Amino acid sequence: MSAIDQGPIIETDGLTREFRVRDGRRRRLLTAVDGLTVRVEPGAAVGYIGANGAGKSTTIKMLTGILVPTAGSVRTCGLRPVPDRRRLARQVGVVFGQRSQLWWDLPVRESFRILAAIHALTRAEEADRTAGLVEQLELGGFLSVPVRQLSLGQRMRAEVAAALLHSPRLVILDEPTIGLDVLSKQRLREFLISERRLHGTTLLLTTHDMGDVERLCDRILVIDHGRLAYDGDLQGLSRTVGAQRVLVVDLAAPAPDLTGLDGAVHLSSEAGGLRQRLAFDAEQTTALKVLAAVSAEAEVLDLAVEEPDIEDVVRRIYAETR
Amino acid sequence: MRATARVYWRLLVAGFRRQSAYRLAALGGLVANLTFGLLKVAILFATVRAAGGTLHGYTTESMSTYVWLSQGMLGSVNLTGRTDLALRVKDGQVAVDFLRPVDLQAATLATESGMALFALLPRGLPSVLLGAVTIGIAMPTAPVFYLLGTVSLLLGIVISAATVYLVAVLGFWLIETRGVQILYMVASGFLSGLYVPIALFPQWLRIAAAATPFPSIMMYPIDVLSGFGGAGRAAALVLAQVAWLGVVAAAGHALTRAGRRRLEVQGG
Amino acid sequence: MASTRALRRPPAGLRARLRPYRVVLASRARSQRAYRTSFAMDLGGSGLIGLVELAEVWVLFSNVTVLGGMGFRQILLVFGMADLAFSMADLSFGHLDSLPDYLRAGTLDAFYLRPQPLLLQLITSDVSLRRLARAAVGGAALGIGLAVSGAPWGPRTAALLVIGVASGYATFAGLFVWAAGLQFFLLDGAEMTNAFVYGGRYAATQPAPVWSRPLKLVFGFFFPMAFTAYLPAVTMLGLPGSAWLPAWLGWCAPVAAVWSWAMGLLCWRWGVRHYQGGGG
Repeated sequence: MSAIDQGPIIETDGLTREFRVRDGRRRRLLTAVDGLTVRVEPGAAVGYIGANGAGKSTTIKMLTGILVPTAGSVRTCGLRPVPDRRRLARQVGVVFGQRSQLWWDLPVRESFRILAAIHALTRAEEADRTAGLVEQLELGGFLSVPVRQLSLGQRMRAEVAAALLHSPRLVILDEPTIGLDVLSKQRLREFLISERRLHGTTLLLTTHDMGDVERLCDRILVIDHGRLAYDGDLQGLSRTVGAQRVLVVDLAAPAPDLTGLDGAVHLSSEAGGLRQRLAFDAEQTTALKVLAAVSAEAEVLDLAVEEPDIEDVVRRIYAETR
Repeated sequence: MRATARVYWRLLVAGFRRQSAYRLAALGGLVANLTFGLLKVAILFATVRAAGGTLHGYTTESMSTYVWLSQGMLGSVNLTGRTDLALRVKDGQVAVDFLRPVDLQAATLATESGMALFALLPRGLPSVLLGAVTIGIAMPTAPVFYLLGTVSLLLGIVISAATVYLVAVLGFWLIETRGVQILYMVASGFLSGLYVPIALFPQWLRIAAAATPFPSIMMYPIDVLSGFGGAGRAAALVLAQVAWLGVVAAAGHALTRAGRRRLEVQGG
Repeated sequence: MASTRALRRPPAGLRARLRPYRVVLASRARSQRAYRTSFAMDLGGSGLIGLVELAEVWVLFSNVTVLGGMGFRQILLVFGMADLAFSMADLSFGHLDSLPDYLRAGTLDAFYLRPQPLLLQLITSDVSLRRLARAAVGGAALGIGLAVSGAPWGPRTAALLVIGVASGYATFAGLFVWAAGLQFFLLDGAEMTNAFVYGGRYAATQPAPVWSRPLKLVFGFFFPMAFTAYLPAVTMLGLPGSAWLPAWLGWCAPVAAVWSWAMGLLCWRWGVRHYQGGGG
């Protein structure tokens, strides 16, 4: 194994990217990524979260050599992304949730064949890798279907297979589970976990789905307005943010606002108190305890628990770090 | 009656507004327009001069007028045969259009004509002006030609939209209208007098062209506006256009009704 | 636990390096021919367009006998060379004008993620087989032109023919690359490049003496359209030269091709740099 193999997979230092945008008549400078300094070791699984427009896509583009940084430095797999783009492309696989990298009007199988040729896989490697991916991602049913006729779930699985065909060291996934149903999300997550376990592949995942983050990532980077607002693990995140889950209760009869409950904060009431939303800190108490407290006051017909919304989490983190 | 007229007026205006967003596109089109115009001028002037200075009634001045008027009209007439409607007929979304309380043909023609009229501002007028400034054009002095010319121009725009509409509507019966669209593109460019004025065609080809609606789209409006052949001829051309509009619109109307029935029979 | 995965290296040997391009092109060609009727219609349409363009030239000559120092029989030669060269260039490079679509949809980035040069990927990403019909029309016009224009049979004519058509093909190809590079700046104004790409094709079929001085500068030298067909034809036929365009200039057709590609690659680099921001 060469020296490059042992260094960090991603290493940025003061990475900055500015854009000149036209705002009506005026021109202003938009700083999409501002002084990002991050180091990711091989084998890690990093969640990269932030509001829309926070700078996630721009970061990925700089990591893969599409955009040139305005300032600072970046190394991916030990290489400089823009000058060594082609060498880097052999070691990185990227999945864009919104944009397809497959050949739209060709059958899925054809796309794999082309990619195998592009990445110079031997016939044996191609056969072996394709068979493995087809089996694990259950692509067998639609290999001969043109990509444009696939459902979103099928397409995403095909995209992930395509990105992994050349066994890259780093896999970057940009919103891979967006729009997928629960079962598809589950399958995809399991596949990524096993891939990481078997081959030590590093994962970098941008997502709006806290479920993705919880199940896949052991490290979280939060970016807000281009700046790194948090770098650590999920527990730390919850702690920092006082991540609040929300218990939504449907009561048997309208009741006055359930303020003053132990460990829960009343957020809002609907239909005159028939449905009430209570926020509680997942670190301090549990949904069950809050439910018990509510039941002591009123009869509960139905309930739901909402996870903290990413935008909310991000907003809070930013407020915390200011 | 008033309410329906208002609806179509609104559609016309909406079509008009839609185009105004694409300013950069208009500039790009203008540059392309100008280039083709200059090349046309070069070869056509050489032809007129080689014929001794006049050719079938054209001098270099009137030939310049022809070139710049034709380039100016390019953005407002459809010589490709492709329409949004054709795509909607192909993927079945036209069923939604039929649910609306406006006649499909009239609505489509109104919108397309609106867009075409708008294109006259960034493409039509500048082409003519640039041509006038660089090469020089000879426009008539008598107001009758401008009056008739405006009518003729409008007719040409609507006939273009109506003819291309026929291609789209054939999609109710043909799975692939590509063949018809290609034929339209080939025929319309040539027979509407885009590259060579129809007066220069050999006799038999001139007659063949007159048997199609294509000269009404571009050649006749150009002749009327430039006063080519005099006021009498101008009036006759406008009448011919009206006749062609009637024919094409009636065909479109009949095909729309038949197409709608076919769609309903086949099921949504 | 990391697997002992060998670091991917670029393939060795020319054949292996060309393999991905071959695979994509073969795939595209196959998918075009798969839809028999559509392909037949496209072929027919393409051929028809070629015929109509020839007809437009013919109409002019039904009114006069000589234009720009050439009769119809000589113009056939010019038309044939230009249209053949352009159709072949359009076949292999024409799809570069879908670059604005990629830019608008953000799908150009997919090309960056593959270990191949960007421009080469784009060039080999498609091939428009239907242009073969138009090339056939051009070829037929060229064949007839050679027979009736009075070009002397012999090695000199053959050499000029090969040089002319090959350089013409390269010159037109360079124009497509030139236009693609400009698309990064033009965005919605993409139609502007039609002026020299398709306008260039139109100009290439015209006898250069009909052009005004500014046109001679633009299409004689800057976008060297006169070199793709007219000038080689003049040299071939032994016709006298005209103002600024001496009779021997036909031999310099390769220079035009080199210039076209130089400008094209320059604009491409500018465009890519602009897209990515900052120096490459």
